[in-house]
This record gives sequence, C-alpha cells and structure tokens, in this order.
Amino acid sequence: MIEERIEELKKKIDELTKDIKSSKSLAELKMAFFGKQGEISELMKGMKDVPKEKRPEVGKIINALRDWANEKFDRLAEVVKRHELEEMYKAEKIDVTLPGRKAPDGAYHPNTLVIRELVDVFSGMGFEVFEGPEIENDYYNFTALNTPKDHPARDMQDTFYITDDLLLRTQTSAGQIRVMENKKPPIKILSPGKVYRSDDDATHSPMFGQMEGLVVDKGITLCDLKGMLDEFARKVFGPSVKTRLRPSYFPFTEPSVEVDVSCFECGGKGCRLCKGTGWIEVLGAGMVNRRVLEGCGIDPDEYTGFAFGMGIERIAMLKYGINNMKLLFEGDVRFLKQFKD
Amino acid sequence: MKAPLSWLKDYVDIDVSAEELQKKLFGCGFEVEELIDIGKDISNVVVGEVIECEPVEGTHLHVCKVDCGEHGVLQICCGADNVAKGIKAPVALIGATVYATAKDHVTVEGVMTIKKGKLRGIESYGMLCSGAELGVNGDMYEGADYNGLLLLPETCKNGDDVKPVLGLDDYIFDIGVTANRPDCQSILGIAREVAAVLGKPLKHPDCTYETTHCDENVKVTDLAPDLCPRYIAHYVKDIKIAPSPMWMRNRLSLCGLRSINNVVDITNFVLLEMGQPMHAFNFASLSGREVVVRRAKDGEKIVTLDEKEFELTHDNLVICDGDKPAALAGIMGGLNSEIEDDTKELLFEAAKFARDSVRKTSRALGQHSDSSAMFEKGVNEYTTELAMNRALNLIQTLGCGTITDMRCDVKTPYSHDGAKTMTVSMKKINALLGITVPEEDMVDILKRLNFGVEVEGDKMTLNVPAYREDIDGYPDIAEEIIRMYGYEHIHGTFMPTAKVTNGGFNDEQKAEHALKRTLVSQAMYEISTYSFYSEKDLDMLRIPEDAPERKFIKIKNPIGEDLSVMRTTLAPSMLNTIVRNLRRGNTEGRLFEIAKVYIPKELPLKDFPEEKKRVCLGMFGICDFYDLKGAIESIADMLNAKFEYLPATRSFLHPGVCAEVLCGGKVLGYLGRLDPAISDELALERKAFIAELDYDALMECARPFKYKPLPKFPEVTRDLALVADTGVTCGQIEKAIYEACKYVTDVKLFDIYAGAQVGEGKKSMAFTVTFTPAEEAITPEKCDGYVKKILNNLSRNLNITLR
Repeated sequence: MIEERIEELKKKIDELTKDIKSSKSLAELKMAFFGKQGEISELMKGMKDVPKEKRPEVGKIINALRDWANEKFDRLAEVVKRHELEEMYKAEKIDVTLPGRKAPDGAYHPNTLVIRELVDVFSGMGFEVFEGPEIENDYYNFTALNTPKDHPARDMQDTFYITDDLLLRTQTSAGQIRVMENKKPPIKILSPGKVYRSDDDATHSPMFGQMEGLVVDKGITLCDLKGMLDEFARKVFGPSVKTRLRPSYFPFTEPSVEVDVSCFECGGKGCRLCKGTGWIEVLGAGMVNRRVLEGCGIDPDEYTGFAFGMGIERIAMLKYGINNMKLLFEGDVRFLKQFKD
Repeated sequence: MKAPLSWLKDYVDIDVSAEELQKKLFGCGFEVEELIDIGKDISNVVVGEVIECEPVEGTHLHVCKVDCGEHGVLQICCGADNVAKGIKAPVALIGATVYATAKDHVTVEGVMTIKKGKLRGIESYGMLCSGAELGVNGDMYEGADYNGLLLLPETCKNGDDVKPVLGLDDYIFDIGVTANRPDCQSILGIAREVAAVLGKPLKHPDCTYETTHCDENVKVTDLAPDLCPRYIAHYVKDIKIAPSPMWMRNRLSLCGLRSINNVVDITNFVLLEMGQPMHAFNFASLSGREVVVRRAKDGEKIVTLDEKEFELTHDNLVICDGDKPAALAGIMGGLNSEIEDDTKELLFEAAKFARDSVRKTSRALGQHSDSSAMFEKGVNEYTTELAMNRALNLIQTLGCGTITDMRCDVKTPYSHDGAKTMTVSMKKINALLGITVPEEDMVDILKRLNFGVEVEGDKMTLNVPAYREDIDGYPDIAEEIIRMYGYEHIHGTFMPTAKVTNGGFNDEQKAEHALKRTLVSQAMYEISTYSFYSEKDLDMLRIPEDAPERKFIKIKNPIGEDLSVMRTTLAPSMLNTIVRNLRRGNTEGRLFEIAKVYIPKELPLKDFPEEKKRVCLGMFGICDFYDLKGAIESIADMLNAKFEYLPATRSFLHPGVCAEVLCGGKVLGYLGRLDPAISDELALERKAFIAELDYDALMECARPFKYKPLPKFPEVTRDLALVADTGVTCGQIEKAIYEACKYVTDVKLFDIYAGAQVGEGKKSMAFTVTFTPAEEAITPEKCDGYVKKILNNLSRNLNITLR
C-alpha cells in the first residue's frame, strides 16, 4: 500500500522535473513536495496513523524516498544552475574590439623628459642640480670663463645684449662659476636651463636648452671624463653605444674635446642619421681650464676637474627622431601628444 | 680655411691619399668639413693630337682624325675656330663626362655624358674640349679662357689622362679651424700640422731676398700702439706692374681669388700662405713720404679701394700719409694710394692690428675683407715679420722691383713675438690625462710640433714656437700630446679618487615636477615658447600703457622686432600658441607652460632683473571656464591648499568670465575667457581660456600633507535645494554653509537651474552637504538641527530659502 504510494510519488517527481529549466521553478517544485503542506511532508505527518509495529519499516521506506527526492532535487539544481549560467554567458557576450574608455592624458614637453632622464642618469653618479639666472653679466658668461673682451671665441656665439654688461646667457657654463665661487670641492653639479644665441634657421633656434655638468676634485682626469660619458651614452642611447673623443676648443677647458657617440641607429656601420660616418656628435667637454679654477679661488695645483655641455633639443631630436628644431617651440598639440613619459 | 692639396705638397712630402690625410687631420683636431675633388665631374678625357683636319663645306665645322694613343685614332667633328692639324687638345671619349656649356660656350649648365654623334651626316666619336667644358679657367691653366679648344703642349703624351696635366687631380680641404689656432688659418699653418701628423719635415717657404741700398728715408710714426702693437714697412722701387706667373695665378684661383697684377697678387698670396694680411701703398701718392698710424679724427673721411666713402670716428684706426688717411687699418686700402699700372715705387705694409679694434671698425662701417677677417681671428708678430720677408722674396722671384734696405720696423710696448720658454712636469700631464704617455712619445710629438724640448728628470723645458700664442700652461701641452698621441688611448675610468657626493634634484625642483605631473594628469600638454616677444603682443592683449607688463627689458640686438622684448607675462605666448593650433586645424587642446618672466628693478636696467617663474594655462575648443578652473583646483589639491575665486577683470578677458585666484587673501593670478572681441580680431572660431599664476606665490600656499585618521562614526550627507537671488554666488553660499556648522566638511553643488518654476530674478541651486562627526555619531535629529542652523544663516545673510 505505502510502497505504491511511494512509487507514484517517485513517478510524479520524475515527470514534473523532466522539463524544468530554471532554478526558480525547481525550487518551487521542491517546495511542493518538501514544504509544510508538501506531499512528502504529508507522508511524514501520516506516520502517526501507521500502526506502531509497522512504523520502523514504513519510516524507513519514507526516509528512503525523502533521501532519493532530496538527492534528485540537488542534482537537478546543479544542472539547471549550470544551464542558466551558460545562458547568461551567452546573453552577456560583448564585442571586445569595441573601443575602451580611458581617462584623458596629457604629456610632458620632450625637453622636460630629456632633462629628467639626464638628471636621473647623472644624479646616480652624485651630481646635484643647480640653476643660474638667464640674464647674466659679461663676467659670468665670458670673462670668468676665460673669454676676455677681445677673445676670438666670443665670435663663436652671437650674443643678445641688454646693456653693455648684461646679456642673455649664451651657455649654462655661466652657472659653473657661481657654483665654484660658493662651494668648496668636491663639486659635482648639473646645470640645465635655457640659453640664447642670435641664430635662427632650421637647425638653430634663438632659444634652446643646455645641460652643463661640472666635476672638481683632487685627481680628476680626462679618463674620468671619458668613463662618465661612456656611462651616460649607454644609459641614454643604449647599452652597446660607445663614445669617441676628438680634439676641439673651448676657452674654459683645456684640453677640450668634442664627444661623439657611436650611431645607435645603425650600430656604427653608417646610415642617414649619422651621415654615413657611424658617429653622432652629442656634446662638448674638457678639463676645466686652470684660469677658470683660479678665478673662482680654487687652487688649480691641488684640484682638477672636467666640464661638459650638451644641447637638450639635440638630445631630444636624436632620441625621438625629430627632424626640425622649430617643432619643439611651436606647441602644436599633434606634436605634443606623442611624447610618452 | 681652404687648403689645396697641391699647395700643401709644396711644404710637405705628402705620401698618403687625400681621404687618409682627411682622417689624420680629423684625429688631431682639424675637421675637414668638405673634401672638394676638383675634377670630380670630369672623366675619360685624354690628350689627343689632331693628325688630319678637313673643313666641312658650307659649315664652320672641321672633320678631324685625332690620335688618342692607346684609345686609337678617332674621327671627331669640331666647330672650334682654332682646330688645326698638329695641335694637341683634350678629347672627351665616348662615355666621358664634361661640363655642358650654354650657347656662349662659357656658362656651365651642368654635366653631360659624351655619346657617339652625327653632325651634318658626319659621324663623330668624341669631342675636342675647351677649358670651360673641363671647368678650367685661364688662371688654372694658361690659355684655358680661350673660347675654343684648350691647347695642350706638345710634350703631352697622346692618350694620357688630361686631369693631372690641367691640375684636375687636385683636392681642396675645407678645414674647420678652432678659434684658439689662428696660426692655422693659412696654408703654411696647415702644412705644419700635416708635417707633424705625418712625421715628415716641413719645407719652409723661401723668405730670403737681397737688398739694394737707397737714400730714401721713410718715416713711420705709431700714435696708437694699443691698437697697432707692431708696424713693419719696407720700401720697394723700380716696380714693374705685370701679370703674375701661371703658378701664382693657379694657387690664387684654387683658393677662389682672382688675379689682379703681380704686386696685388703677392699680397694676396702671402695672406693665403702665411695668414698675414699685407698692404701695398703706391708710395708716390703718400704725401710727405711718411706713414702715420693713428686714430681717425671724428668726421674724417676715407674712400676705400672699392670706391665707398666712410665717415670715421675716434674709434677707427687709420694709416695716414703726411696729412690724410690712406688706408683703413687692417680692413682696406684707400683709393688715393691704390697701385696703378704705372706705379713705380711702393711701400709694403705688414702689421699687427688689435683684433677688437679691427672687428669694431669693420662692424661699425659694415666694411669687411679677407684682411679684416684674418685680423679678427688674430695674427702673431712672428708671422708679421716672416710674411714681410716672404713678400720681398716674391718681389725678387717675380722680378717686379728692386728691394731697398729701407725698412721701418716699429715695435711698441704692446709688441711681443710670442716665443717663450716654459717648464712642465710630465707627471702632471699624465695626471691630467689619466694615462701614462711614454716620455719618448711626448718628446717626439712636441718636436714634430716644432717645440724645443729638453728633458731633465720629470721636467721638460720647452721652447714654444713663436706662432703658438695659444700655449699657456701644462694643460695646453697635455692637449698637444694627446691630440697627436691619439684620444683612443683615453680609456674610461670612474672617478676613483673623487669623494662620494649627494646627487639629485633639490626640493624646489621636485616641487616643480610635482606641479607638472598634476597638470599632465589633468590631460594638459606642456609647451615651451620663446622667452622674448614683441611689444605688439602686448598691444594684442590691450595691456594698458601704464601696466607693469609694459615695464620690460629690451634686447639691444634682437633678431627681429618679433623677438625683441623679454617677456613680462606668459599670456601672449600662450595665446599665440593657441592661435597657431587653431589655424593649423587643431580644434581642441589644453596646454600649460612653466617659464620665467623678467622683471626689471629699474629701467634702464642697471642690475640683474628679477627672474620670476609663472605658470600659464591655456585651453581652447571643447571646454569652458570650469575646465580651466578645475585644473587650478587640482593644483590647490596638490598643494593641500584652498583657493578662492573672485570676479575680476583683465584687459584681454571677457568681463563676465574672469576671476582672480586668491589664497589666504593673496592674489596668485587670474583665469578667464579670452575677450570675444579679441577672438574676432584674430578670427578664432573657438573659445579660448587663459590663466596665469605666479609660481612662487603658488608654492607658498603649500601646506604639509598629513594623514587624518578615518572617522570613527559614519559621515552623514544631506541634499539641500535652495532658491537664491540671481546675483548670489556659489562661493558665497558655500562659505555661509561652512560658517554655520563646524561639522560640515564638504559642500558640493550638483544642480543649478533658473527659469519659470523659481521665478524672475531667482535661481535654484542644489548642494550635497557632508557632515563628519567628531566625538560622537551624528543622529538624524542632530543633523536636522545642523541643517536648520545652516538654513537660518543662509536666509539671514543671503536671503535664501529652501525650495
């Protein structure tokens, strides 16, 4: 009698769960059997009418049914849930190639990027940054740099004058003197800033950036200059880049050198960037002239030093492949937005 | 500095190729900026002998058989009038390259390749050439100017390349000479370096001559020894003016100078060879037969050789005769003492004039010459004397005069011949270089450079060549040694002796970076513009005449009016950048610049001006006032400061869309929209916004940032929709809300509305007010109380009601 009822229920559960697709209807169905008035619950409640001696047996059968139904519902729940998830995944599929949304970004001027990189390289070697005034006097810009009034080197740089004495500095070297007057060796300074020369064509701008470096201490040699420049070239232009020194002339250094780096574009084989020579001129340098040290109250018999100076725009143009210096000062947003930090 | 290889070979036995010499010169500090191959356009042109020459009837042509040696006998049609049997001339073979000439047979119109041709039905297997077709003129080769065939001497061998015959196998080195080596601004100077770098002896030019006694007494008076430290004059008579010999014309021509006559050519030749400007006076025309070197009298006049008249001042040095100027010292001779074809006696001048004096006069008068250029670079007195002797030697060699024994050599207290002795320590030289150059290499290098060297232990006693005025101390000697020894010997070391130093940016520089980072993160692009602009840029912004921006520093020698004034505000540069962008079709952009303005303490400028940094922001296109204000607020956030904004005006900004930025009552700068009237004038199709802030004032607002503990109790927010009179500002309302309750930590406007629903003259503004509890939680009842206080305050002070 009870067995039949059980079989009926089982059949009914099988039948009713066959087409169930959603968790919600499955849960409702389960309630129909297990809820307060549910058929299985009713069956359990009916136990009180079963004669006492039969109770253990009937109880066992009903329990078995309950366990069977529970397990079935659990299993089904899992299946349905997985099915539902898959449906959801399908429904929520997106076109990943649609454009992303990003917060708008600005950009630093290439000169800022170059100065920061250079300072980063040199500050690791113990250089600190000093900035001097842009409007200088004749003494700091020329005389103290061993370039007296009738010196031919004054013709090398066409100077913008404001008065007979005050001028727009033509070189950041002017700052060297201000540091050496106020600081005892050891000195290791970098001096980035704007300088001015009366030149205006495709490769010259009346205003441009320069970075001057100065080291003064006991026993500083030309080999030290070379070693430091090697390090600079490797860090700024690439690990395999070499430097080459060749003789030159600046009034405030002796010996003076032009410094070339091996072409980082072709590796020195010769290309358009290096005009077939394998080398690119990047800066001027030399051992600080004795007269310059003397003028600043530093004993040139005790101390030696080196100085170097490079054009910021030149480095930027080389690094980023910019072909016209004017672009750096025009502020065209199509140009500016290309520079990544 | 141009130096022909053939000329250098007169002094040094050069046994390396031009390219190799170029490399060696580069290594020792003389960059050959251009190596000019004179005959680079000419190829396959050989010596040919015309063995048959028949006229072609009815034409000016001749059909010739030309013996070209190993190239065979060629049939060539020729139209030149001097073609004849038996002559030798250059033959361009088929495939040869020569210059194409215009109808006048002289003007070169490019390079052409010779092909087999047919003239009047007669086949022609090449071309007989003129001088012009080979790029040779009469100064390079005798007779080459003739408008017809260039005739070659019989001694030429048929079939030989003509380039060596005509000097077309020569090279010219265009050498960059550094400013410390004026002694190398001459062929001899370069030859000295070539000899040193090749380790060859120098064959010195002959400077000897014989004199004839004369009773003539030439008087030279130097009244300006500071401007003319040395003056040598030598009297030469029995002058025979004639053309110069071929070899001299050839040399001058290679260096780009035209031959005039033997005397003038000698002065030019010596200038090129020795680097010493010379002048020859027509002595008969010097009144009083004397020379006076003096400053010109103010208003005194001279007409120079090129027939230009100049009015002189006390600053100009002149060479005078007994009563008037006869030359502009070091620059150009006077027309009144010019060498003429019938000149019979002359006075040679070789002098040293002060560099600065020549430069100043030359610039002031706008009169330049090869001579003035050389004096500006610098001459040395050793060469002054040598050059005079060389010129006299050439007079003798060319047979164009009798050299008398009448020489005036005026030495002054300013005179010095440059030779000096110095003692240097080899150890110190090596210590500066950082390597050890062997003693024998040092000695060898210095001897090759004509130094006298004596070694005693570590000391070298050196006799410095008299022309090396640049040699001053042991570092100069170190440089001489290393440039010859080779910079490749310098190996990198890493300051093993230097003390450790502390590097990096200082706090101020770091703060500037932080500011830039803040602006970049606000989607702004950094720009860099020139520090100078035009006064017109201030007019464009309608800056009033009495405004501080008009007190600017002027450049005395600007490139142009556009770049003549040191800027006192960044705004014009920003506006110009915006205009440039819009004109180029860039419709949108946000820009900033951090740069200096230059504020004079007094005008005219007597002392260093103040260089003050400013921050300038600019926006154009899709943006409004509040985008620009947002960028400034982000700066305030970075500084941990609070800025206030008050309505204000500026001459170039929209009067209704302009504010001053303040912090703690101090004005930092302004922001606003470009006045539409100015926009119209500039034909800008988009709105533009500009702000400019004082950098130092900005940085002074910075307050140290400190962590605040998270609130123990949750924050409470209330939205208040208020109705206010139109004239009431958001700033006033915010201030009133903060004032009314100390727990208010944030007031944010989220909606603003004006229209029929709120009535005429009114606007509705909705704020979210945040209350942050301190000691205890804020209950809704407490919060109601705070809101009531706020509303009371608003109502009392600003006539504001809750909507």
